[in-house]
Amino acid sequence: MALNKKLLKEMYATMLLARRLDERAWILHRQGKIAFHISGIGHEAAQVGAAFALERGKDWVVPYYRDLALMLAFGYSPRDFMLGLMGKKGEPTSGARQMPSHWSLRTANIVSHSSPVATQTPHASGIGLAIKLGGEDKVVLTSIGEGSTSQGEWYEGVNWAAIHKLPVIFLVENNVYAISVRQDQQMAVKQVADKAKGLGLPGESVDGLDAIKVHDVVAAAVDRARSGQGPTLIELKVSRMTPHSSDDDDRTYRPREEVEAMKALDPVPAFAALLLKQNTITQKDLDTLEAEIKEQVEEAVDHAESAPYPDVSEAAYPVYVEDIRHG
Amino acid sequence: MASEVIMPQLGESVVEGTVMKWLKGEGDAIAEFEALLEVNTDKVDTEIPAPSSGILLRVYVEEGQTVSAGTVLAMIGEAGEEVPTKVPSQPETSVMTETEAVPQVSSAAQAVAVPSAQVGRSKALGFISPVVARIAGEHGVDLQQVRGTGRGGRITKKDVLAYLESGAIADSAVPPWEEPALGELFRPTEEVFGVKQGSIPGTEVLKPGSVIPHTPVRRSIAEHMLRSKQVSPHVSTFMEVDLSRVVAHRQTNKAIFARDGVNLTFTAYFLAASVQALKAVPQVNASWSDEGVVLHEAVNIGMAVSLGADGLIVPVIKGAEQLSLLALSAALNDLAERARGRKLKPEEVQGGTFTITNHGISGSLFATPIISQPQAAILGVGAIQKRVVAIEVPDPAGGSMDAFAIRPMVYLTLTFDHRLLDGAIADAFLGTIVKTLENWA
Amino acid sequence: MAEITLIEGIRQAMDEELARDERVFIVGEDVGPRGGVFRATLELFEKYGPERVIDSPLAELSIVGIGVGAALYGARPICEIQFADFIHPAFNQIVNEAAKMCYRSNGEWTVPMVIRAPYGGGIGGGLYHSQSVEAFFTHVPGLKVVIPSTPYDAKGLLKSAVRDPNPVMFFEPKKGYRLIRGEVPEEEEVLVPIGPAKVTRAGTDLSVFAYGMMHYYCLQAAEQVASEGIEVEVVDIRTLLPIDMDTLLGSVEKTAKALIVYEDNLTGGYGAEIAARLADQAFTMLDAPIKRLAGPDIPAMPYSHPLQDWFMPDPEKIAVAMRDLASY
Repeated sequence: MALNKKLLKEMYATMLLARRLDERAWILHRQGKIAFHISGIGHEAAQVGAAFALERGKDWVVPYYRDLALMLAFGYSPRDFMLGLMGKKGEPTSGARQMPSHWSLRTANIVSHSSPVATQTPHASGIGLAIKLGGEDKVVLTSIGEGSTSQGEWYEGVNWAAIHKLPVIFLVENNVYAISVRQDQQMAVKQVADKAKGLGLPGESVDGLDAIKVHDVVAAAVDRARSGQGPTLIELKVSRMTPHSSDDDDRTYRPREEVEAMKALDPVPAFAALLLKQNTITQKDLDTLEAEIKEQVEEAVDHAESAPYPDVSEAAYPVYVEDIRHG
Repeated sequence: MASEVIMPQLGESVVEGTVMKWLKGEGDAIAEFEALLEVNTDKVDTEIPAPSSGILLRVYVEEGQTVSAGTVLAMIGEAGEEVPTKVPSQPETSVMTETEAVPQVSSAAQAVAVPSAQVGRSKALGFISPVVARIAGEHGVDLQQVRGTGRGGRITKKDVLAYLESGAIADSAVPPWEEPALGELFRPTEEVFGVKQGSIPGTEVLKPGSVIPHTPVRRSIAEHMLRSKQVSPHVSTFMEVDLSRVVAHRQTNKAIFARDGVNLTFTAYFLAASVQALKAVPQVNASWSDEGVVLHEAVNIGMAVSLGADGLIVPVIKGAEQLSLLALSAALNDLAERARGRKLKPEEVQGGTFTITNHGISGSLFATPIISQPQAAILGVGAIQKRVVAIEVPDPAGGSMDAFAIRPMVYLTLTFDHRLLDGAIADAFLGTIVKTLENWA
Repeated sequence: MAEITLIEGIRQAMDEELARDERVFIVGEDVGPRGGVFRATLELFEKYGPERVIDSPLAELSIVGIGVGAALYGARPICEIQFADFIHPAFNQIVNEAAKMCYRSNGEWTVPMVIRAPYGGGIGGGLYHSQSVEAFFTHVPGLKVVIPSTPYDAKGLLKSAVRDPNPVMFFEPKKGYRLIRGEVPEEEEVLVPIGPAKVTRAGTDLSVFAYGMMHYYCLQAAEQVASEGIEVEVVDIRTLLPIDMDTLLGSVEKTAKALIVYEDNLTGGYGAEIAARLADQAFTMLDAPIKRLAGPDIPAMPYSHPLQDWFMPDPEKIAVAMRDLASY
């Protein structure tokens, strides 16, 4: 899908919304208003670039916990996110059963995932298999961190897709850290994309701070998948500009200079600068957008704060399909 | 070959036992199954039969000593046979409690749950299984009358059902009056007529020289009793009642009440009479406050229920003034049963305006109970006794003459708070109870 | 009415469900041209093709993980784990994913799938081809756990499992695959509901609860002791989760004695849950202790014949336990 001006503006708006919501989540946590937050700051350009290469509403996503920007691109609302952070009634992922950022939105083809890492990879291949069995031309995008590619579950999932040429795109958002453990303690290969060689599918490594590059690489993979040529492994090199989660302190394992260097390359302002330079957007547009998003974030926080908690009786179901209560 | 006498494991959770008494001395001859010694454990006291016939060659564990289950207590053998002078090495004491699919499955299975005659609540009957206990309870079966065909003569479910089918129980639909063996507080006063002195509650495992730790219930009772005595100047007044009419009424109505599943106890009559008196003399259904005496609208009567060693609890019958004798009896049955089952809700032991304590249960004639704060008085009911009393009977000349009569009599105590009540009012109140009972119709 | 083997019942169930619903597919090791190492999928590859009878890579977690994904999309996978002993690599997918999906998504996502696995010993399979693994899964809300013991139930329950909207663990007594035979009608459709247990022999002296191979043995043992005048009521539990306590309680109410027989290790085995529930719900019905006859608490079944026999509960051992409880 070619990126016109409108789409580029929309991409930026999505990145900025993700960033502002994420920042607000940190504040809410420090205010003691939420129990947990896991951040995607530094991943926004990669996620938005990938999302805009798919047919949203048709294609499927099997995400992982850092994918706030990807989720917003696919249909999550700021309210959905805030309700999730606060564990309030009406939270669409799980009815506030899961921790925040454990995504799921059936109406947007966003599949529920859990906390043990890489369990979603075989699911993506299974969905790809079902799509293939049905003769449809949908594509599945699944994402994961680079540390999680150490799991056997990841290999087994990718292996399936490679054998059966399933329409799956395996994104690896490589931010070099798995909590505190650096990439060189996770794998002997120089880059995650190299793992594709051993599994028999194409592997590419892309600068994940460049949304347009990411978009183009993912779009090519989507074409391959849709035309029956099988899966692609795409490594997106991104920055984790925050600690792993609200419960982590990254000062115990990485130098501040590294984080400062990342901030200098922050993909969100960089994308704004690019759009300004291309005359895709004006400074006035940017100011207006910033104000609009601030309003959206405030509205979402207010909405979630005033929302009730789920009734305790809801904790007992639905264990089985027979227990599902609609409405 | 001499045989060992071991300390048995009397109950699954029991790990040790104390030798209370040797019934034979070293050198005595003893026959298999003859009682050899008495032991005491956390759960049961029992006699231990000799495992074989012979001479009691050696006793290793003296009276008063506590040893773990499995310990060799003595040796029985032939005269002159050599046996160790000290306790032989202890056997493995763990008991298999599940059948596993091992080659020795039959022997393993036999080690399981061999119902020793000592386990259970009655020595003479052997182990009573839950279902047998339930059926016996429901049908009022005296298990002593049932022949056991189970292992070791145990009474099985089939045995008790066969007994019922034999028609040995005439009317099994009517529940038995009450079961003394269950430690009922409100048990039939017939029993008290005979004044059988039962075992003293809570004294079974007391060891002189030891300290019994306070339970929370004990502490709470102590605190309340002390406070009541400090707050209220207690005065007691006594009267006696001829219960002839009550006894007759109960005799007539017991079976009728039973059809509704209600046990009609004497306590119900004392309760009903108290309600009458509280309505007649409302100053007693009252509490002291600094502003004045608060007269309560509802009559909520607390009934002291003994929990044995665990102290006592006072469930409250709310709105007693609106209840018939049947309803009072039903409420009484229900609260007493749940009190003993420790199933009362907190609100069911609160809000009392008057209390009755049935100290006669344990044979007491008079007592001066302590008021349950913030109430004004408490009624003590003594044991019902048949006594000889002087009564007036018509004489042949149309007048009256004195005569001896044997009547069911009871002493009642009213202990009251002298801040609220004076003797005259208290006596008027107690007199109302006496009149109500003596003229019961 | 034809007499067929238990495994033929299973094969027929899959054949019929593949034919009935094109969303159904089979995935597992050697299920394709080989027809399964036990021949449960015999000729299904030829009949339904490589897209619906899929030979998986030799990686059990992927069999289940792929199945979960396909089920999320709306397919109806039947996953075969070649031996229950090899299900452990897939434990995470079963317990954390399949079982929790409905709850964790508040009913938005469901996993209609069947995981079949032959279980149990007595076939010279040693430690890793003999295990009984049902208790790991009966502990997990969100799963249903089914174990048939007759060809009829094998067919009828498996067909119900394929149609069930939840993840169903379907464990098959492999020793009974060809040993257990029974009549299954050919003309009418055989469907046995998941849930109800079944009284398979009426008796008055004691109740015996079992499933799978042990149920088969219990019927034989009951026959033995019947000649001695002991009337055993045998109940085939069939669905272990959710458990049909009503049938079990009804039986205990009648006999007042309960023996639970299972082949798994004694401690923490499925019989422990039955025993606990009976102790709780049937206390005043009981005339004897609740007994369990189970495998010993050793890591798994040894290979050598006498050692294996020592492990396995069999009709003789069960009869001993029946007599013992009857005489209590």
